[in-house]
Amino acid sequence: MRVSLFVPCFVDQLTPQVGLATAKVLKRLGHAVEFRSAQTCCGQPSFNSGQWDVAREGALRTIEVFRGAEVVVGPSGSCVAMIKKFYPELLKDTPHLAAAEDLAARTFEFSEFLVNKLGVTDVGAKFAKKVTYHDGCHALRELRLKEEPRQLLRAVKGLELIESEEGESCCGFGGLFSAKFPMISTAMVQVKGGALARTGADFVVSSDPSCLLQIGGWLSREGKPILPLHIAEVLAHDA
Amino acid sequence: MSDAKQIFIKDATLNAADGDQRAFIRKALGGYYVNRDLQKARYRDWERARDAASLAKWTAVNDLANQLEKFTANFERNGGVVHWARDSAEARAIILKIAADVNAKAIVKSKCMTSEEIHLNDALEKAGYGVVESDLGEFIQQLRGEAPYHFVFPCMHVKREAISELFTKHLGTAPTDSPEELTMIARRHLRQLYVDADIGITGANFLVAETGQISITENEGNARLTAALPRIHIALSGIEKVVNRLDDLAVLLPMLATAGAGQPMTCYNTLYAGPRKPGECDGPEQFHLVLLDNARTRLLADPEQRDALHCIRCGACLNVCPIFKNIGGLAYGTTYQGPIGSVITPHLRGLKQWNHLSSASSLCGACTDACPVRIDLHHHLLHNRRNAMKQSPSLFDRAFHAGFGFVMKRPTLFGLGGKVFRATLPLLKKLPLPYMSAWLKTRDLPAAPAQSFREQWKDSDHG
Amino acid sequence: MADARSDILARIREALQVKAPKPHFKAEETAGQPVKIAKPWLPDGGETTEASLLILAEQLAKLKAVLIRVPDETAAGQAVADLARSKAWKQVAYHGAPLVRPVAAALPCPAWEADASFEKQKLEGCDASITSCESIVAQLGSILVSSASSGGRALSILPHVHVVVARVDQVVPDLATAIALMQAVHGEKMPSMLSFITGPSRTGDIERILVLGAHGPKELYLVLVG
Ligand code: SF4
Repeated sequence: MRVSLFVPCFVDQLTPQVGLATAKVLKRLGHAVEFRSAQTCCGQPSFNSGQWDVAREGALRTIEVFRGAEVVVGPSGSCVAMIKKFYPELLKDTPHLAAAEDLAARTFEFSEFLVNKLGVTDVGAKFAKKVTYHDGCHALRELRLKEEPRQLLRAVKGLELIESEEGESCCGFGGLFSAKFPMISTAMVQVKGGALARTGADFVVSSDPSCLLQIGGWLSREGKPILPLHIAEVLAHDA
Repeated sequence: MSDAKQIFIKDATLNAADGDQRAFIRKALGGYYVNRDLQKARYRDWERARDAASLAKWTAVNDLANQLEKFTANFERNGGVVHWARDSAEARAIILKIAADVNAKAIVKSKCMTSEEIHLNDALEKAGYGVVESDLGEFIQQLRGEAPYHFVFPCMHVKREAISELFTKHLGTAPTDSPEELTMIARRHLRQLYVDADIGITGANFLVAETGQISITENEGNARLTAALPRIHIALSGIEKVVNRLDDLAVLLPMLATAGAGQPMTCYNTLYAGPRKPGECDGPEQFHLVLLDNARTRLLADPEQRDALHCIRCGACLNVCPIFKNIGGLAYGTTYQGPIGSVITPHLRGLKQWNHLSSASSLCGACTDACPVRIDLHHHLLHNRRNAMKQSPSLFDRAFHAGFGFVMKRPTLFGLGGKVFRATLPLLKKLPLPYMSAWLKTRDLPAAPAQSFREQWKDSDHG
Repeated sequence: MADARSDILARIREALQVKAPKPHFKAEETAGQPVKIAKPWLPDGGETTEASLLILAEQLAKLKAVLIRVPDETAAGQAVADLARSKAWKQVAYHGAPLVRPVAAALPCPAWEADASFEKQKLEGCDASITSCESIVAQLGSILVSSASSGGRALSILPHVHVVVARVDQVVPDLATAIALMQAVHGEKMPSMLSFITGPSRTGDIERILVLGAHGPKELYLVLVG
């Protein structure tokens, strides 16, 4: 299959290793991978801030960028949910609805793509560490992905998966919410991050790089001995 | 910034920093999660039950005028009197008039959020009536002079020591740290008040169009006493509480209890059809129902968010909301707290003044999953944000997103901008920039990589 | 100015001019298929009497209500008399239903029929009340009382102890059945009060800790005859 990578804008700029790891895993499974460099941001920050006009432009651009792509795979539940769930809503009363729905049908979150589209759970990864998993809310509740990432992690050689308390609690990121209401956001990550740290895991793994920014940023500030890691980075690990 | 927003930010920030209080709330809700899951497990198909509950309310709300006409005709046939109130002032005036007509002195109330909405107690007290809240939580809040913290669990934030002190001060009872003993103090104190009251005021959870009955849900028995002993019963209800058929309650009553409180059924679910009937040995001489609009029709006129009127006020969305749990119910400054409050308050009281509640959410969606009648709560927060932007965009937001949009349309500029951003990040972290400094107050940012993804990517390596 | 009623109804009709899409649910895909029990997605109420009685017993125990099963009315009278002795009741009020009268007659303490008008204060002073009921819902452990079957509104809520005497055949599997039965029995002439009682009165208002007997009865007994 020819996979077109959807690399969220902040992954591009701040955590490029996540994009590279995603490509590595897909290649290892024998798929061709392309990156269409005209892509920028999916428009979610504007969408969440109520600026739907700006978001709509982002949506139309993204639809254009991925026109003709066989499948589009992104390492972020949140940004993928934007395309799959919210583009059709944004473009509901416009002539572009069909194009939005078409892109939505071809777009997959990384773990969703591996498990549900390819039917693969063992990607040949080795990672002899204790990890706990954080469900990003968009992956969990907009895309209904809960078992998929866990199936992938359980198949990783040497990996021990520990579930945390506050399993389905939000980390408090919420995009600009984290900066517009910093104290509420921090209170939330205290609850979530505290529970993750108490598992005694070496890494907190998630399919959402934005949650990892929030959780990792707090864990680092608090000096907790647990590091954020994207699931693609775990699955890319083969030595 | 609206006054309400300023107060909200101040209170929310203060409460979010109060680790002890937040832990107390989480602990208090711990038992609820366990019981809710146990009860939900008894449902043969919880999701299917949610469909049925949602459909029952959808059917009633989307045929509201006809169902209300049917309901009121049946209510009157049962011997009750219906009053219509366009707004709070009308509702208060109606109730004051009834009280004057029957020459009342003492009034006992059972829990009724709609009466909080219209500030009824104030009005009654100003007119010289003695008013007592009989629900334990409401009674405690009344003594504290504080609004309810949670519309189902009004005083869940108050520690037993504080309640004991409160009772010592107001009722002269000996201090105790036993919830049981504290409950009995209130029970003994309130008993005589039911017997002496002339008027009992209750809310209504459902108005059954088919039979003209109103349904009241409670655990303590205070609503039943309120509707049994005084000679006048006044119920106050929003117009949206209608269900078409009595049979709808076979789904809604258990689901309300399970979703909201982790119970199979609330202890008393009582249907009232009129005042005391000939041949009955007790009950009130008169039964009045005040039907309140108070901007509900404004919400009804928005088909996108009309389902917010399906709300059965179970409280489930509050119990699972991380915002509610961390800032507490009082910070909202609304009658209805939590996600449903954030959704409907802008409709009831004005979007401009109250949109900040919709912004103060990470949109995690736990509320929507918890709602027994499937209200699309967290998406409605997005809808409110969009509507607010249309109505009165803040200049800063406009400029910020216009700039963002401008860059995002231009991949080369985006690449370049990213490069500059990464190169200057160590410096930016030191500047008092909006957003950036708010983040950095409590969280680190990873060091920026030398090269972005697009700079490192070569299709040829991967083709 | 139009009156409030016409105004509000007009506002509603105006608002509903724009239709909201009807939610599409899986539920409707299965609609129309024959189902044996009403609302088969709700908690189970048992398909046979035996099954229902088992579920009922389990539910009542969880609710901290006490179920007493007796073979006949004499045994019912004895059971309640034992209760009265062990709890040292001094005064009991009861509803004069055929099932209740003989039980009340067997009491070792004064008992009065609360079916005509009575003093609220006198009822407040009673230790216990004994009533009949309309039906009993196995699914939820709920007992349906009414102003007709339970001697008015206050009798089943004011005294500290409430004893319900009922026949086994009053047990119905689920809430939907109880509601249908109630409609069949009363039609358009519903008693002015009908109440599903699910366990003794309770509150969790103080630190969400369960306390029984908030305002209504602290103890609830169901004496099931047959
Ligand atoms: S919105 Fe839903 S969950 Fe929240 S109180 Fe209303 S019915 Fe319950």
